[in-house]
Amino acid sequence: MMKIKNESRHVKITGSDRIFHGAVAVILTAFLLLVLYPLIYVLSSSFSSGNAVTSGRVMLWPVEFSLNGYQIVFANNSVWTGYMNTIFYTVVGTLINLSLTVLTAYPLSRKTFQGRKFFTIIFMIPMFFGGGLVPTYVLMSNLGLTNTRTVILLSGAISIYNMVLMRTFFQNSIPNELLESAKIDGISDVGYLVRIVLPLSKAIISVITLYYVVGHWNSYFTPLIYLRSREFYPLQLILREILNASKVDATQIQDSAILAKLAGSADVMKYSLIVVATVPVLVIYPFIQKFFEKGVMIGSVKG
Amino acid sequence: MKLNYADLTKAKSQKIGIRAEEFRKNFLRDWQLYLLILLPLIYILIFHYGPMYGLQMAFRNYRAADGITGSEWVGLKWFEKFLTNRQFKQVFSNTFILSIYNLAIGFPLPIIFALMLNTLRREKYKRLIQTVSYMPHFISLAVAVSLVSMVLSPVNGVYGGLYNLLGGSGYPVDFRSTAGAFRHIYVWSDVWQQLGWNSIIFIAALSSVSPELHEAAQIDGASRFKRVLHVDLPAILPTICIMLILRCGSIISVGFEKAYLMQTGVNLQTAEVISTYVYKVGMGSFRDFSYGAAVGLFNNVINLVLLLIVNYVCKKMTSDDVSLF
Repeated sequence: MMKIKNESRHVKITGSDRIFHGAVAVILTAFLLLVLYPLIYVLSSSFSSGNAVTSGRVMLWPVEFSLNGYQIVFANNSVWTGYMNTIFYTVVGTLINLSLTVLTAYPLSRKTFQGRKFFTIIFMIPMFFGGGLVPTYVLMSNLGLTNTRTVILLSGAISIYNMVLMRTFFQNSIPNELLESAKIDGISDVGYLVRIVLPLSKAIISVITLYYVVGHWNSYFTPLIYLRSREFYPLQLILREILNASKVDATQIQDSAILAKLAGSADVMKYSLIVVATVPVLVIYPFIQKFFEKGVMIGSVKG
Repeated sequence: MKLNYADLTKAKSQKIGIRAEEFRKNFLRDWQLYLLILLPLIYILIFHYGPMYGLQMAFRNYRAADGITGSEWVGLKWFEKFLTNRQFKQVFSNTFILSIYNLAIGFPLPIIFALMLNTLRREKYKRLIQTVSYMPHFISLAVAVSLVSMVLSPVNGVYGGLYNLLGGSGYPVDFRSTAGAFRHIYVWSDVWQQLGWNSIIFIAALSSVSPELHEAAQIDGASRFKRVLHVDLPAILPTICIMLILRCGSIISVGFEKAYLMQTGVNLQTAEVISTYVYKVGMGSFRDFSYGAAVGLFNNVINLVLLLIVNYVCKKMTSDDVSLF
């Protein structure tokens, strides 16, 4: 083995290989810039003056640095309500999602669980066939859930796909011998789940938490169909409203000093709003990136 | 004869008795597991199987006052209405073309990206590209669509600025409200947003390719490009197949959100897809629940059939374990 390795270091890099590597590097760099540019553009615009953005002078870096956009965003009452609602939906919703996912994935991962096949089928069918939008809406409305906070938390409370990822992880990454020795020590099934399985599953739990958090944070469709009262609106609905309007609703801003700035800064404010709404989810990703690649691997490749 | 028969039933009931006894024993052994799965089971029965039960409204003239089972049975009336509707052809072909276009572009690109990234030798640069490529995935659709529309604005977007910079006079064509441009904007903005993210699984699969295979091929004089084709690609083929099956299963369920958010009123000719149509007839001002349910069911059934076909084909074409079920 060593010999082969040493030999491979001496294999000459040919001219065609050099061209290939060069071409790949150029294409990937072009792609990198293409993905990055809109993000930088938004960030720079959000820190520029209204005049600079409206006249299209922002190209790469902020022009005439100003914080007007952010001041207007933070003075807007409906943005605050939306932000608070989104945080509530994300935190409580994700906790519900995680609990239901673990509660399903764990029993289904136990090979001797009686009825495992039956339950697996029951849980898998909705992945491929469902009632659809209208019957779901009618059900929610018959249950008296439309236009409540509960409906946002309950609709899609368990993602079958994530549940399968977690079940596969439990099956493949936690050695069966652990269960056997724990059983000999007289530990219960619930005790085994809480004290042994969960602490060993940090990687998959963080990956699935990320999925759920991003889903809640960016959710637009569910609140759109079920909510009518503005007090329940999450950030995404408010954001869409503001981004689409050509004028800002001045009644949402009480501070008259900021109101005065509004006139020339409507466009900048939109960019600032995008930054404010997106940064929280972008920020959490790097923290769990190391779990991420591992988690995806284990969860699905073997699936 | 009579005796024999009696014996047989006796043996049978004994067997059933043993089975029931075993079932009871296992049930008592696993009672905690049943307890754990009880809550999700109730949830899924109500919120996933409930709507499936409610699907019968697609065959009835649903009125809220009569309830689902109390409403008048009308058979296939709503399906006929949809299939003979002059909008049907347009909505259906819009959905189909958009899906195929999105699949043809959006499926192979992440694979090519993963293969290319895998040949990069500078670890740090590789990491950087990978991390940046994921970022757009975290942007919500509401933001992404608005962003695309701001960039494409002929007046003060990057697009308008570029047009003037290159010496164009006045304002360029507004693609956002051009029906012909809708599909391209939809698909390519999706590439921008999802390419990196969708490549994760392939990158992960590539990292498990044995380096010895590469060394052996190298000694045989295979160039790097040849090794991509003959070593890397075959190694991730099973993953590609699984992902393809999953994508095909939703081939005519174009996501509601993006199409809906991108609709401007003037581009409906290409931007109206089945899911937005269901939303408009079912949830819009008409509240035509039964009709909406029927169109939704039609869509779901086609998806399911496509999934089964692709799964079957993949099973036939590749060796054993590359299929969902």
